[in-house]
Amino acid sequence: MATTMITPLNTSSRAASRGLSDISIRNLFIIPTIVFLIVFNIFPLIYSLGYSFTDFRASTNAPANFVGLKNYRELLSDPYIWNNFAVTAKYVIVSVVGQVVVGFGTAMLLNRTIPLKGLITTLLLLPMMLSMAVVGLFWKLLYDPSWGVINYVLDLGKFQWLGDPKMALYAVAFTDIWMWSPFVMLLSLAGLSAVPKHLYEAAAIDRAGPFYTFFRITLPLVAPILMIAVIFRTMEAFKTFDLAYVLSTQPSTEVISIRLYKMAFQEWQTGRSCALAYIVLIMVLAITNIYVKYLNKVKER
Amino acid sequence: MAAVQTSGERALNKVAIVAVLLVTIIFLAPIYWIVATSFKPRNLATTIPPTVMFEPTISPFVKLFTKRSQLRSPPSAEEYAAAPWWERVVFDGGEKIVRDGKGQVQWSGYPSRFLNSLIIAITSTVLAVGMGTFTAYGFSRFKVKGEADLLFFILSTRMLPAVVVAIPMFLMYRAVGLNDTHLGLIILYTAFNLSFSVWLMKGFMDEIPKEYEEAALVDGYTRMEAFFKIVLPEAATGIAATAVFCFITAWNEYAFALIMTNRRAQTAPPFIPSQVGSGLPDWTVIASGTFLFLLPVAIFTFLLRNHLLRGMSFGAIRK
Repeated sequence: MATTMITPLNTSSRAASRGLSDISIRNLFIIPTIVFLIVFNIFPLIYSLGYSFTDFRASTNAPANFVGLKNYRELLSDPYIWNNFAVTAKYVIVSVVGQVVVGFGTAMLLNRTIPLKGLITTLLLLPMMLSMAVVGLFWKLLYDPSWGVINYVLDLGKFQWLGDPKMALYAVAFTDIWMWSPFVMLLSLAGLSAVPKHLYEAAAIDRAGPFYTFFRITLPLVAPILMIAVIFRTMEAFKTFDLAYVLSTQPSTEVISIRLYKMAFQEWQTGRSCALAYIVLIMVLAITNIYVKYLNKVKER
Repeated sequence: MAAVQTSGERALNKVAIVAVLLVTIIFLAPIYWIVATSFKPRNLATTIPPTVMFEPTISPFVKLFTKRSQLRSPPSAEEYAAAPWWERVVFDGGEKIVRDGKGQVQWSGYPSRFLNSLIIAITSTVLAVGMGTFTAYGFSRFKVKGEADLLFFILSTRMLPAVVVAIPMFLMYRAVGLNDTHLGLIILYTAFNLSFSVWLMKGFMDEIPKEYEEAALVDGYTRMEAFFKIVLPEAATGIAATAVFCFITAWNEYAFALIMTNRRAQTAPPFIPSQVGSGLPDWTVIASGTFLFLLPVAIFTFLLRNHLLRGMSFGAIRK
């Protein structure tokens, strides 16, 4: 499909003497990517928008019937779905706040002359590069009530991390904090190292206390980069699927992506799941919009 | 006064260094535990207190790659003596390796999943970085109508939740027979990484001075020649960093692989958790599979260390 769409732009016959014109090169370089993304990302979404107004079930051969806005109406008045959103919101808050505290705290500790700083920083960044599903799975062993290392080290006896419905969501969030605090740390470090040293010297001359220095100098200057980290992690935590799906089967950890997955691929309520997918999609796009605004803001500095 | 302050600062610095070491140990402990468990005999993987000192064994890796069955009775002395060394460690654990009629060792599901992961991650990386480099150059050097909107559109495709995209893709792939194929996952991962590669490469392209190509154009190069002979070599580091990022993303991806594949084209991330199944899992085998799977990413992280910030912020933060 992509080839047929670029062929008209291939003006090689005309450009034989002096190469392609800049405009044809631009089109040749950009259009295939745009077409690829439209075909494999936007077209499927249009397809599922259509299905979201039907009662289609992919597990049967029955034709899809148009039901109008019924799916959306039912979803938005379904207390179970609202509960999934509430679980997701709780997860987002716990995990993002945890990541900011741990990540920014570690960055503050690292923002000085420390032996082997480069190596330590790289080692600290390792968790965020690893596969959430694969490493997350191993936390099942670490959290095990009988022989988990965590209970042993913290002397918690047979504490139920993933077995207790109330605790399970926190356990998943803790693993997420372990994996993604390094991300907040990385961005915070960049922000901290960019604060001009003379501001601190001036504050020291003025006998400014550490709190004053932190809240009046450090934080305002690091804030834009920290915001990028917070928005990005909020979006990722909102979309979270891998970790919660691998670690826990508790209903109390059923975040919205897991509900969507089950609705689409276990209950085969295809039409309804397309409608839910759209509700989630609109929320994600709203956060993306804010994220890109902040990205561009930092870029311009 | 000044002297008191510096000694106070020095003490604070020492406290900070100790705290940093503590944080580092806590952060690396789970990874250490994966590596340690992958060299333990099965009976030491789940003990109280946890086993820290042990004699490392290769048996988890042998078991990872082979099909095994429980031994009903210990192997005879001749059987044991005739077995290669790597089979003896499995005997020691009370299991035996399954062989077919011709005596060939039966492979487990792991090697084919690992190979699938390699094929899919490498192919999609080459495609995404290739297309992304061209597109980034286009955006970097030429006026494009509605550039900001197009770039936002490109990035927003990256932010779509996997499950949201997977529902229609599953139906479309089912219609054209792409479910559980390598090509199916390659297309999805290429689309996913393409937007990232455009954004990151655009940052690298913007840093290459325009004057280089302009000088080449004056010297009689065509725009294409200037791109291939001047710009691409200059962008080599950026291309390498982008490729490593794309590889890691595709290598680690779970949700698409879980939904779109089940056997033939299944990658390692959905396969490794599926080993847990019912009953008591053999954590040493899971750990060894995890360890081998994480190893390339750990190596790449060290190679990438100076580009991590840039990659993680889609090229927005450069230092």
